[in-house]
Amino acid sequence: MTWKTMDYTGWGRVHRANGDVARPERASALKALLADAPAPAIGMRRSYGDACLNDGGRAIDMTRMDRVLSFDVESGLLHVEAGAQIGALLKIFAPSGWLPPVMPGTGFATIGGAIAMDVHGKNHHGAGSFGCHVSELTLMTPKGPKVASAEKNANLFKATIGGLGQTGPILSAKVQMLKAKGDVMVVTERRVDGWDEFLGLLDRSDATYTVGWIDATARGDQLGRGILEEAETGGGLVPAAKRGKRIPMDAPGFTLSPAVVRTFNAAYWRRVPEAGRTVVKPIDDFFFPLDKIHDWNRLYGKSGFHQFQCVVPIAAADKLRAMLDRIAGSGLASPLAVLKRMGPGRAGFMSFPMEGYTLAVDFPNRTAAERLIKELEKATAEAEGRIYFAKDSLASAGDLSGMYDEHAQWLKAVKAIDPDGAYETDLTRRLKLRSA
Amino acid sequence: MPQTWIILGATSTIARGFARDAAGRGDGVVLAGRDVDDMKATAADCAARGAPVAEVIAFDARDPASFEPILKRAAKIEGTISAAVFVGSMPPQEDIDADPSLIDGVIADSYTGPARFLTALAPIMEERRSGTIVGVGSVAGDRGRLGNYVYGSAKAGFHAYLSGLRNRLGRSGVHVVTVKPGTVDTAMTWGLDKLPFLAPPEKVVGDIMKAVDKKKDVLYTPFIWWPVMTIIKLIPERIFKKMQI
Repeated sequence: MTWKTMDYTGWGRVHRANGDVARPERASALKALLADAPAPAIGMRRSYGDACLNDGGRAIDMTRMDRVLSFDVESGLLHVEAGAQIGALLKIFAPSGWLPPVMPGTGFATIGGAIAMDVHGKNHHGAGSFGCHVSELTLMTPKGPKVASAEKNANLFKATIGGLGQTGPILSAKVQMLKAKGDVMVVTERRVDGWDEFLGLLDRSDATYTVGWIDATARGDQLGRGILEEAETGGGLVPAAKRGKRIPMDAPGFTLSPAVVRTFNAAYWRRVPEAGRTVVKPIDDFFFPLDKIHDWNRLYGKSGFHQFQCVVPIAAADKLRAMLDRIAGSGLASPLAVLKRMGPGRAGFMSFPMEGYTLAVDFPNRTAAERLIKELEKATAEAEGRIYFAKDSLASAGDLSGMYDEHAQWLKAVKAIDPDGAYETDLTRRLKLRSA
Repeated sequence: MPQTWIILGATSTIARGFARDAAGRGDGVVLAGRDVDDMKATAADCAARGAPVAEVIAFDARDPASFEPILKRAAKIEGTISAAVFVGSMPPQEDIDADPSLIDGVIADSYTGPARFLTALAPIMEERRSGTIVGVGSVAGDRGRLGNYVYGSAKAGFHAYLSGLRNRLGRSGVHVVTVKPGTVDTAMTWGLDKLPFLAPPEKVVGDIMKAVDKKKDVLYTPFIWWPVMTIIKLIPERIFKKMQI
């Protein structure tokens, strides 16, 4: 059977979709699907909101098209099908000294998803976004494959990277892998006492990989306390990370109650000695710490959760501090909160990154949290920042004004390849991204 | 000694996973099937994962003339030659009931084609006194039932053939594993309703690799199918003929 009628969700499990999903395994099957009726491509559905949903319509699950089509051991240039997962590529190539150039927080994300969201990682300040390392894309169209790069079909290329799948399914991509010193991570962890110190440390960090965990429940003098992690690849021997614990059921509502989170966060912060420490970790343990627990999203119970992520310009740091203050005051945050300095690197018209600071905080799905996130989105607009489509599930079209300044160029390229809006998703409809 | 797998039906979901795992272990693969373009992508994938040999040859279970080039190639590859057979076809039983001429194709794909190929390959393996044959049958071959008895009968024939082949080749140090998968989450089963114990292909591939390493004779995968089929086989025909399972 070609189509399977199913219910599916994004990672946050707040939005749901019901519709027909196909899961082709060969390029010829994908082409036949599009020739019949074009539909948006989805991957591992690690986007939190509705970017990967097409409620009432069709979608094409690309996860079975996950083969390496070529790899040059000398140059590190990889040609890979779009359904391949970042973590799987890490596993194949790290032993020979090559890493995916940019790794998001989960190794389960596909190459197609990484491109469509132009994802960033802990090396964004130096390496830029994922799309910065993509030299060529092959899209599948109803008429067959179509190649795009910075030289050929340049607008289509820039509209596809960070383009939320609106230019059609990505069949394959050429990605420049990154040379690594070895396949372990040497990680220095430092306790940070408060906001100003945190920004200072992030500004000065010259490590290849830098990320801050932030205690989004700490208030007053302790506002912005957290742990700074700086890391480099290195050689050495550590046992491979153990994979594969599952969350067997949806957790009850009190699992992430404010008191539990505050207690957990305080203990987590003290886990790192006051003087800091340097540890050696398996590579996937550093990049994908949560992948060890499959389905960790079930910890938020059956009503799901939201993640708020924004980036604001350097000059708007105070406004970001005010946002964190609001979050801490609400007592609604979960332990998952990240602060990072971003560089300017972005590769598509609709890419999220900008030079500045990015803050990401998870919230269990409650009415109060939804209200807070709406406020934070307004504050982001006032700070001339951006909210991230891979995470957002609450914004409405009006909230975005001015955030994505190359939207018009994107829309033009998208309309050229998909005039009928066949690749629209619940997200593009909610945010009215496809209407001028 | 290097090992190279001849993989028949290499475009199937499980075969693709098997080729990938074999490559990851450092084994070579010769992919044989009908969609050459698709197999080229799988061959590239296997090469990237470490397969020293990753080749593609056209193969059609219904066309014995296509067997010869593969057998010739196998004879030239040094080291241990092994074979894994993933071919088979299962048109809906209603279609067969309406057009009995479909039966010949089902039998050729699921039984006579692979049996003829393996019988021709056997002397090469006997001569080298090493190697493994993985023959993928089906739990459907354990008992003929309403829903797919032509497919089931072809697989039953293949099971009996593999059992005899094991008896023969065991004397030369060649091992034969009969694999009986239940329902697996593949392109063939995508969108079918209410499949019991649906297994991901990686699980089935992992079980097959373990069975190869341990020289298991008959593998039910996932394991739950062993007790299930044991019970189904025990039901007296008098009762079974009235059942809908």
